[in-house]
Parts: sequence; structure tokens; C-alpha cells
Amino acid sequence: MLAIAKDVTKSFMGTKVLDNVNLTINQGDRIAMMGPNGAGKTTIVRALLGFYHIDSGEIRVNGADPIKDRVEVLKYISFIPQLPPPVKLSIGELLSFVEKSSAISREKIFLESERMDLDLKNQLNKPFFKLSGGMKQKLLIAIALSKKSNLLIFDEPTANLDPKGREKFYELLTEIDPSCSTLFITHRLDEIEGLVNRQIYMDLGKVVEDEKI
Amino acid sequence: MKNLLLIAYLDVKESLRSKWFYVYSVVFGGLMALFFITGVSDSVVMGFTGLSRTLLIFIQVTIIILPIFILITTVKSISGDRESNVLEYMLSFPVSLKDYYWGKMLGRFSTVFLPVFLALILGVVFGMLKGGVLPWKMIFLYSALLFSLSFVFLGLAFFLSTILKSTDIALGASFVVWIVLLAFIDIALMGLMLQNRVSDDVVITLAMLNPIEVFRIGAISLFDPELTVIGPVAYYLLDTLGSTWLIVYAFVYPIVIGLLLSYIGYIAFRKKDLL
Ligand SMILES: Nc1ncnc2c1ncn2[C@@H]1O[C@H](COP(=O)(O)OP(=O)(O)O)[C@@H](O)[C@H]1O
Ligand SMILES: [Mg+2]
Repeated sequence: MLAIAKDVTKSFMGTKVLDNVNLTINQGDRIAMMGPNGAGKTTIVRALLGFYHIDSGEIRVNGADPIKDRVEVLKYISFIPQLPPPVKLSIGELLSFVEKSSAISREKIFLESERMDLDLKNQLNKPFFKLSGGMKQKLLIAIALSKKSNLLIFDEPTANLDPKGREKFYELLTEIDPSCSTLFITHRLDEIEGLVNRQIYMDLGKVVEDEKI
Repeated sequence: MKNLLLIAYLDVKESLRSKWFYVYSVVFGGLMALFFITGVSDSVVMGFTGLSRTLLIFIQVTIIILPIFILITTVKSISGDRESNVLEYMLSFPVSLKDYYWGKMLGRFSTVFLPVFLALILGVVFGMLKGGVLPWKMIFLYSALLFSLSFVFLGLAFFLSTILKSTDIALGASFVVWIVLLAFIDIALMGLMLQNRVSDDVVITLAMLNPIEVFRIGAISLFDPELTVIGPVAYYLLDTLGSTWLIVYAFVYPIVIGLLLSYIGYIAFRKKDLL
């Protein structure tokens, strides 16, 4: 078992955003997580990543507590947020951060981005936030794929990509090491249908459907 | 430790490119240049001449604007990173919260302290060019005081931006704290004293607790206590404590408070939701 959330409850200002959520991610799972806006998808992902202190329940990722052992847990997770954050670091600086904090090689990131037609080498001094939406997303994807993780989490990763970028992205996904589990939050099941083997539907802070496909 | 330094370094690089840093450096460097161009340093008023006088004026202006500068820019960037999800992304990499928090603090400290310090050095350079004796004791004291003033307000900024989640609320709180502290420097304190409704001890205690007032007293402690610029509270303190102890206090007290506030901020950073 890679990750397990047991009876997880979390409220924000009196509203239950996660209501007794139970979720297990096993090795080799490729999950599409769906559900209306505000269902709690981002919240459960953030809880797995150790951003939130849950009110009750238990979370384990690779056997460790994401808050107490955050460094250990995050070593093996790649995460792409819902919207590319307006990071003010230059691309070169962002790459050094990633390289040094997570032992990812810069060459690998260059390689992955080239495969998405993103030329990094000539814009290392450009601030990240000045890239176009699609370019930002591609860079984040390249970083995520370069990290040696056993769990990839994507929070609506293709929202900003043009159709061609999306195609390339899915192409890359087919090459992900099969032993690496993935969790996609998405509204477009049709696009990733061939890539997933399990689908989870969330609504009002609960997992309402969880089935293999 | 490796990550702490990395985060500090990247924060400095980020600041060096930002507009606020530019404005900040131009304001302090510009002030100093302005004093020399307009000849403030040449006039002899109240017994001060040349560089001493310029530095004294510089420090008086700094008392007012440095705290709010540090509060606004730091709160904006720390809370802003949280609201814009930059924090979410950066903290999805395996760096410890300790390295992240203290690394940011170290980086920020360098970028808020260096411009005022360099402006002071600029003043010294101007002074040297004009000739005359350099007031070394004063230069050294002012560097030390600027260091601790920067530190206490940086600690406060980190405290406010981790305790209060929203940028707007944290900015509002910064303004309130700044205005209150400014209101309780000598003039207002004197008012309180004259009213005779509060005891002198209370007034003195208030003065000693207010880092802005402590900075002010420390900065003028080198001068003759008979001078009117000093104000009654400062006069009283100088008279009772003596200038050496006052200077030690003016340097150490803000650092202690800054450490305390930033440490509480750190605890909150670890114990509360990060986003
Ligand atoms: N940090 C937060 N503070 C307060 N409310 C939040 C916070 N994060 C999310 N929420 C609320 O929790 C609910 C679920 O949000 P989220 O998990 O982002 O939904 P989604 O399924 O669309 O990703 C929403 O109503 C949102 O407003
Ligand atoms: Mg979401």
C-alpha cells in the first residue's frame, strides 16, 4: 500500500470539507478522481502531502505520517498543482531549488521538456511567472516526471494546455514507469480513459464511488 | 542546513529582482545623497556638524519609515506566496519546514538590512570626501542599532504573516502596530506624563518596551543629555541608566523580541495548516 487515508475528516470554518474519507492507493493504481468543484478533491490531495492537519482519522504515505515525516514522504511524491503558481524565481533558480532539494538531475528535466517542445536552455534567466500558461504547465510536468517518485499526483494538470500540448502530455504519461502509481484529478475522463485503471468520484467531502475499470 | 542556505539564497535572488527592493534602496540611498546635496551637513545647528548631523537626521527619518517598509514588503511576500499557491508548490518538495522558515528569514534579513546599512556607508563615504573627522563611534553604534531595528520588525512581520492567514488582514495589523508604536515615542509619552493621570513609572516602562522608542533613545544617547532634541523620557533614562547600559539595552532588547516573535511564528507555521 502506497498511501492510505482512514476516516479522514477536515473542516474549514465549521464546514466539513472532508467527511470520513477512506482511500487506499496501491502500487500500480492509475486513478482518475472526479467530482464537482468544491467536492474536496484538492483538499484530500493536500492532506496527503502534509499541508493540512486533519481533524480526525489517519493518513500514511509509504508508511509515514506526511506531517511528522514530511521530508521522507515528499521525496517519493511528484505533485502538479491545479494552477501554475506565479513563482518569481527564474527558471534557472527554480531548477536549482528542485535539483538540490529533491536530487533531480537538471539534464533529465531538459530532456523531458524537450519532448514536450519546451526549450528551456535559452530562457534560464526568465522569471517563471513570465512564461505562458502552457509553458509553465509543461515545465511543472517535466519536473514532476523527472523526480524519482512512486506516486504522481496531478491536480487538473491539463487545464492550461492547448490541444497539442495535451496530446503530448498524454503521450508522455504512457511512458511513466508502470510501478509508479498516479492520481489525476480531472474533469475529462474521456481523455485519460486509456491511462487509468480505477476511478473515484467525490462529492460533498465524501468518496461516493470507487471502482476499477 | 544545506536547504536552509539554498532557500535563503533564492529568496535574496528573488528580492534583488523585485520592485520593492529597488524602491527601498533608492529611497534610503537617495535620502542620504539628498542630505549631502542640500548641504544639511554643512550647517551647524544645535552643536552638530558635518557627518554626525547627517547621520542623526538619517536615523530620525529611518525610525519612521524603516519599520513600515519592512512590515509591508515582508508581509506581502510571505502571505502573498501562500495566497497565490507558490507556497503549495515549493513545499511539495522535500524541504523541512525548519529549513524553509528560517531560510526565508535569513534571506529576508539580508535584503532588508543591507540597503539601509549601505546607505549609512554611503554617508560615510560622502563624509570622507568632504574631509573632517569621522565619528566612528557613531557609525558603529548606528550600524548596530539598524541591525536590531531591522531584526525586530522582520520578526514581527514573520509573526503576523504566519499567524494571520490573509494578506489584507496581516497588512492591516502591521499598520496598526506601526502607528501605535510611533504614537508612543517621546511626544505622546510626554503628553501622558503631563496629564499626571499615569505615573511616571508607567511612562518609562512603556518607553522601554517600545522598540522604536528604544532605538530612538539608543541613537541619541551619544549626545549631551541637556539637548532639547532628546525629549524628557529619553533624558530621564539616560540620566538614570547611563549611556553604556542604555546602548546595550537598545541593541539587545529588539533582538530578543525579534527572536521571540519569529519563534512563535515558526511554531504556528508548524502547528497550523500550511495553506
Ligand atoms: N484553506 C482553505 N480555507 C477555507 N476553505 C477552504 C480551504 N481550502 C478549501 N476550502 C473549501 O473547501 C471546499 C473544497 O475545496 P477543494 O478541495 O479545493 O475542492 P475541489 O474538489 O474543487 O478541488 C471548498 O468549498 C473550498 O472553498
Ligand atoms: Mg481543486
